[in-house]
Amino acid sequence: MTSLPSPAPDRQFTRLLGQIGYGLAALAITLLGLMLVTFLIGRVVPTDPVLSIVGERATPAQIAAIREKLGLDLPLWQQFFIYVRDAVQGDLGNSIRTGKSVTSEIARYFPATLELATLGTIFGTLVGVPAGVLAATRPGSLADQIVRVVGLMGYSMPVFWLGLIGLLVFYGQLDWVSGPGRLDPTYDMMMEFTLTTYTGMILIDAALNGAWDVFGNAVSHIILPAGLLGYVSMAYISRMTRSFMMNELGQEYITTARVKGMPEWRVIWVHAMKNVLVPLITVIALSYAYLLEGSVLTETIFAWPGLGSYITDALFANDMPAVLGGTVVVGVVFVTLNMASDILYRLVDPRARI
Amino acid sequence: MTALRVWLGDPNPASRRQARLGQLWLAWRRIRRNRLAMAGLVIVAVLLVVAAFAPWIAPHDPLVQDLSRRLLPPGTPGNLLGTDDFGRDILSRIIFGARITLYIIALVAVTAPVLGLLIGTVAGYFGGWVDATLMRLTDIFLAFPRLILALALVAVLGPGIENAVLAIALTAWPPYARVARAETLTVRSSDYIAAIRLQGASAARIIAGHVVPMCLPSVIIRVTLDMAGVILIAAGLGFLGLGVLPPTPEWGLMISSGRKFLFEQWWVATMPGLAIFIVSLGFNLLGDGLRDVLDPRSASR
Amino acid sequence: MSLLEVRNLRVTFDTETGPVQAVRGVSFSLGRERLGIVGESGSGKTMTGRAVLRLIRPPGRIEAEAMTFDGQDILNMPEREMRALRGKRIGMVMQDPKYSLNPVMTVGRQLTEGLRLRDRLGRADAVAKAIAALEAVQIRDPHRVMDAYPHELSGGMGQRVMIAMMLIPEPDLLIADEPTSALDVTVQAEVLSILDGLVRDRGMGLIFISHDLRLVARFCDRVLVMHKGLVVEEIAAANLLAAKHPYTQGLLNCLPRIGGPRGPLPVLDRTGV
Repeated sequence: MTSLPSPAPDRQFTRLLGQIGYGLAALAITLLGLMLVTFLIGRVVPTDPVLSIVGERATPAQIAAIREKLGLDLPLWQQFFIYVRDAVQGDLGNSIRTGKSVTSEIARYFPATLELATLGTIFGTLVGVPAGVLAATRPGSLADQIVRVVGLMGYSMPVFWLGLIGLLVFYGQLDWVSGPGRLDPTYDMMMEFTLTTYTGMILIDAALNGAWDVFGNAVSHIILPAGLLGYVSMAYISRMTRSFMMNELGQEYITTARVKGMPEWRVIWVHAMKNVLVPLITVIALSYAYLLEGSVLTETIFAWPGLGSYITDALFANDMPAVLGGTVVVGVVFVTLNMASDILYRLVDPRARI
Repeated sequence: MTALRVWLGDPNPASRRQARLGQLWLAWRRIRRNRLAMAGLVIVAVLLVVAAFAPWIAPHDPLVQDLSRRLLPPGTPGNLLGTDDFGRDILSRIIFGARITLYIIALVAVTAPVLGLLIGTVAGYFGGWVDATLMRLTDIFLAFPRLILALALVAVLGPGIENAVLAIALTAWPPYARVARAETLTVRSSDYIAAIRLQGASAARIIAGHVVPMCLPSVIIRVTLDMAGVILIAAGLGFLGLGVLPPTPEWGLMISSGRKFLFEQWWVATMPGLAIFIVSLGFNLLGDGLRDVLDPRSASR
Repeated sequence: MSLLEVRNLRVTFDTETGPVQAVRGVSFSLGRERLGIVGESGSGKTMTGRAVLRLIRPPGRIEAEAMTFDGQDILNMPEREMRALRGKRIGMVMQDPKYSLNPVMTVGRQLTEGLRLRDRLGRADAVAKAIAALEAVQIRDPHRVMDAYPHELSGGMGQRVMIAMMLIPEPDLLIADEPTSALDVTVQAEVLSILDGLVRDRGMGLIFISHDLRLVARFCDRVLVMHKGLVVEEIAAANLLAAKHPYTQGLLNCLPRIGGPRGPLPVLDRTGV
């Protein structure tokens, strides 16, 4: 007769606290390092931020005054300290182009990117997971080959080129979808002046307002870029699903389920899938993060007023605070997504729980 | 020939060399049967040949403009893939562009893995705070989205092919460091490393002479798989105008210059994109096949 | 009439270097008795057990002249009927509970799954049956074990859960594939006696697969000795020590004996076989 071993509950709790503490410390150090890297990039930039403010013909006194105002006369470590202090308070400096706060500008651009990447990830997951499972259950079959080749093609496709082809075919030739931008100009005006903004994501806002004509127009605009990003993420997700699924189907507990007489769909979608889900969560989070990044190029093609467009436009205007602010924000989203997937992972996998 | 085949396929090899060659032969046979991997190999080989013999293969000079022959459609006699807005032959520009692509890949392939190997092996070998510091650094770089970090770096360094390579390499090393560290951790505590250490070899010597060679195979597989990604990022930088400067025939840049006439003269933007797609597909197919063959877990199926 | 009849069973794997035969023509029949299959690793004993349940996946193939269970042809039976047979009438206990239980499902869900899905039992009934099954394998706190995940159980506990899971539908035949090899020596005997008692009480047929000659001799009525995919000797367990086949004798000679000579144990001579 044996009974379950169980650690003392108070020790369990301290271990949990320790793990959370360690995770937070690691997160803080990563974020600090992230900001140090962007800070350093910003300081070695060849264009002098002072000159771009005061112009070429400023007097030395004027330049010195501006330098002091921007804190550029302080030692580097102090400048970094101020930079971090401000950033923690949500101040990423002011854009050189517009003079407005970078934080508020990013807050305005970010929902567009979020909307696009989220929809793309949903497409990618809905298609990618079943495709990967199909391929894994019939290795070497025609279906497997197709999933593999279509996936590899998605891996190999330059996103911006795919966007151009998509525009050429579905907008230029077939006229199935609307062209660049988030809305037609008339709806854009409507959105701006007559509807309440809740989230900045047009699909959600239009639905909340009950403005279904705006919603429909927004769908016709977003469907192409989101579909293309979805294809890229589908390529990644289907490949990973296939390999995780293959791995799980070779495990002994699958044989157990079959010995129990479970039908094949249950063996695959319940027994194996529950185990595939554990690493798959990380993959989906990663692909979501990559879509946020992939949006830099996609947004340029589709004139999508999101974070990617913001960063590239700032880049060409030599607006370094805006570029670095955008980079930090994307980096923070990346790190946060990683952390979120780590937490979800613990929830799904009983072995990772303490 | 058959005697050689029997010797290679012998399940009970007599020497270590025979065993190793036999394994290689088996791997080659496996990859030969994998049609997709062979297709990848052919594509990569064609890229190499085209890049090497570009001046002899290309029908026209990639830089010579002829405004009387601008924006001709594909299939025009003398301009198989058509001409761009300056009347330059698109096919010739793609052929010369292969050189640029290959140059970028080659430079990244010799820099990023070396940096990653160095950091990964040092971290893994010394352990302790060295490991903690270096791996935290790796995590920080991994936390950056690759393309955006490369963008910011190029913005600072200024456009140009060397700067683009530098930016890509600086964003590409962390995964190699991870792989190298993992391999190092497995060999670090082995007896033969202990034996060398007892003979009085320095840490640098042990790492360079005994640890790095153990990490090489897994790093090399990663390089092949990584090349497609490098091509795409390089093309992305070129497309944004942050890579090679015009009039150099770089594929990403060619797409961006063709964007203006997308709906009227579709071929100007489409053709170079096709080239990027095919080449990166080639590397992906090859890398995929190589991993299938060399990864014992997937090979056993 | 015999419960299981296997004639000239072959299991072939198609690999790159050509087909490999894991089982090369095995025949036996089984009543409601306990049959042991012994052999070294790679002798084909596990594959024989799995072939009976038709659990060999591609690239493996099963061929036989005949394979019948309780008069039904299980060689050509459609997969749907085969599934009804598995679990319900034939069960299998595998080697290591660490791998043979689903790591992300609670023990309770894995135990009740068959009852709820196939027998359409309500939740409460299924749980009650599962708890009774856990008690039958002498688990003291079945309610806690029901809520536990496999990694929270010790090896011996895990294997009891496995046995309980396979015995819930009260099968006619149980295949036990090295059921104690992954366990600590101290719990091996316990698990074996539980298994033995249950099989005896319910009068089911047992195929006991093991590499341990003495264990098999103690547990079974009859023993098949397998070597390189073939049955080299079939013998009543009581007469095992008087085995005639040189391979069986070779195996027996490798066992240490209390009070025997202290010299190095002989190594199996493979030249003649």
